[in-house]
Amino acid sequence: MARDQNGKTRLLQGNEAMVEGALAAGCRFFAGYPITPASEIAELMSVRLPMVDGTFIQMEDEIASMGVIVGASLAGVKSLTATSGPGFSLMQENLGFACVTEVPCVVINVMRGGASTGLPTSPAQGDVMQARWGSHGTHPIIVLSVSSVHDCFEITVHAFNLSEKYRIPVVILSDEVVAHTREAIVLPDRKKLEVVERIKPSMPPEWYQPYEDNSRGVPPMASFGDGYRHHVTGLVHDAHGHSTQRPEEIDAFQRRLFRKITNGFYEIQMTKSMLMEDAEVAVIAYGSVSRSALRGIRMARKKGVKAGLLHLVTLFPFPKMAVSGVLRQCRAVLVPEMNLGQISREVKRVNTSSKVEKINRIDGQLITPEEICERLREM
Amino acid sequence: MIAEITRIRHKYLRHDKKFPHVWCPGCGIGIVLGSLIRAIDGLGLAKNDLVLASGIGCSGRLPAYVDFNTLHTTHGRALTFSTGIKLANPSLNVLTVMGDGDATAIGGNHFIHAARRNLNLTAIIINNQIYGMTGGQYSPTTPYGSNSTTSPYGHIEHAFSIADLAVTSGASYVARGTVYHVPALDKLISRGIEKEGFSVIEIMTNCHTQYGRRNEMSDPVTMMKWFKDHAVTTTRAKKMSPEELKGKFSIGVLTDIDKPSYTEEYQKIRDRAKGREVKS
Repeated sequence: MARDQNGKTRLLQGNEAMVEGALAAGCRFFAGYPITPASEIAELMSVRLPMVDGTFIQMEDEIASMGVIVGASLAGVKSLTATSGPGFSLMQENLGFACVTEVPCVVINVMRGGASTGLPTSPAQGDVMQARWGSHGTHPIIVLSVSSVHDCFEITVHAFNLSEKYRIPVVILSDEVVAHTREAIVLPDRKKLEVVERIKPSMPPEWYQPYEDNSRGVPPMASFGDGYRHHVTGLVHDAHGHSTQRPEEIDAFQRRLFRKITNGFYEIQMTKSMLMEDAEVAVIAYGSVSRSALRGIRMARKKGVKAGLLHLVTLFPFPKMAVSGVLRQCRAVLVPEMNLGQISREVKRVNTSSKVEKINRIDGQLITPEEICERLREM
Repeated sequence: MIAEITRIRHKYLRHDKKFPHVWCPGCGIGIVLGSLIRAIDGLGLAKNDLVLASGIGCSGRLPAYVDFNTLHTTHGRALTFSTGIKLANPSLNVLTVMGDGDATAIGGNHFIHAARRNLNLTAIIINNQIYGMTGGQYSPTTPYGSNSTTSPYGHIEHAFSIADLAVTSGASYVARGTVYHVPALDKLISRGIEKEGFSVIEIMTNCHTQYGRRNEMSDPVTMMKWFKDHAVTTTRAKKMSPEELKGKFSIGVLTDIDKPSYTEEYQKIRDRAKGREVKS
């Protein structure tokens, strides 16, 4: 793997490509707890991070892992954790803390089947709504998805960039199939890769207000030790970072958290359209299912169905512009998911009068191209 | 003396923070804060290099009032955040303030593992034997038989000894003090901060509002007297029989051992890893 970054083709697993993406994006800190099917990310990080003066630590649980990466980010280091459903549940508490204190960090959730312990070695997409709403209270968050080994590299770089730019945690939803599939990948030249760093304060320390609003809604972020001594709290806080009970300050703070994401919506919403030019029906899919979908669409086209694919990379904020365009163009859309319909409902919400059909599997098996082709022919 | 107190207060309190503080009149946490900043001042630590983190509860509010890099985290998790900060920037002095419920109930797992890992962190545990902020429910250190709002018929669980737990979990330095024995407390905290490795200072603190009031010690003075009468120095405790020690608790340094800290060990890992090539 990854001897150099000069366009050499490598055979990597999804989990390994995520490590390469994270390192390329400047991630120098990983904390995690062993869990199938995400453990390879931790294992590889434990090898690679010390080589580049980074830090790897295995914590006592996922609650701690999430706390540690937020702490590392507060000290100025780009940080990552990776887990699967049961661990992701434990991370929700400190994930919410990171949202409210606006600490950049990336959380990978390699989704596995079922609720609770579920199906540790089977793929699923059951954690989509949890990624968006799993932590309590009103908060924004960015959720991305990956469908291939190449995505695993590219989207992980994007995740770090968005996280740093908007001072927000980014969740990447992978699944067991993407994580463990080996594919050829050409890692891009690191020098050509766009890597975003958080904006640091440039004013004198006595002028610094860590949560002061500005046109972007993203205040510059000082690291602990930079000389900009300030307070960070999970309590709702004013521009100085101190807790507040004043309704006008509370409202302004909570709305700014959403405004910064709305401001960046066009950059954050990432989708890929394939075979959409003349499409009359479309599949809207994400994760490994989008690959079955593309094949199913090609099969259907051979049988005369003008079908296309809208592959969602960003799941939240929901890419409603792109979805809206597809709903206007097509007489019906199909949303195949390895759950009982989490994104299909978001699609429906974009235009309630559109015809939105579903294929849902929750048996730990992939949705096949044949199933998708068959349904497209009926639509 | 007064001039010295005023100097320290002006140097370390945050002038932009809206006082008054949240603590009840006579609360022991203020005494702990005083001790803490005297220890920091005495060691001459730079404010820019000092991080003060806390969890949730009355103790959790402590960092907000002082002019360091301060962090008020989630309940029980303060040590996990501190671990990340220290590992990401080992040049920072990272102090973590927790309460008894914070450190040993909801954060118990993080506490024992932080001690075991021996990262160069200082944990200050304010033990007032009750959940004060939420209204006086029993905590893992509430004594057997005492009353709380969730043990109205008397408490039937047995209390943790926080300091003993820290010793068995592998902390490099463990001390116990009280808010009555203040000059000694200043020194215990100071030594803890200086110590290379994980150090724990448990501080017996009065919560007359939520604990004392329900247990026949409804004012700070009565609680202070209780600390005075029941605390035994570690040196004296060694000469006492188990019968004599019954109902008493020891104060002073319980453990002070030297072992490599996590940051030193991890640097060795980096040095070892750097020689290696990434295999294809």
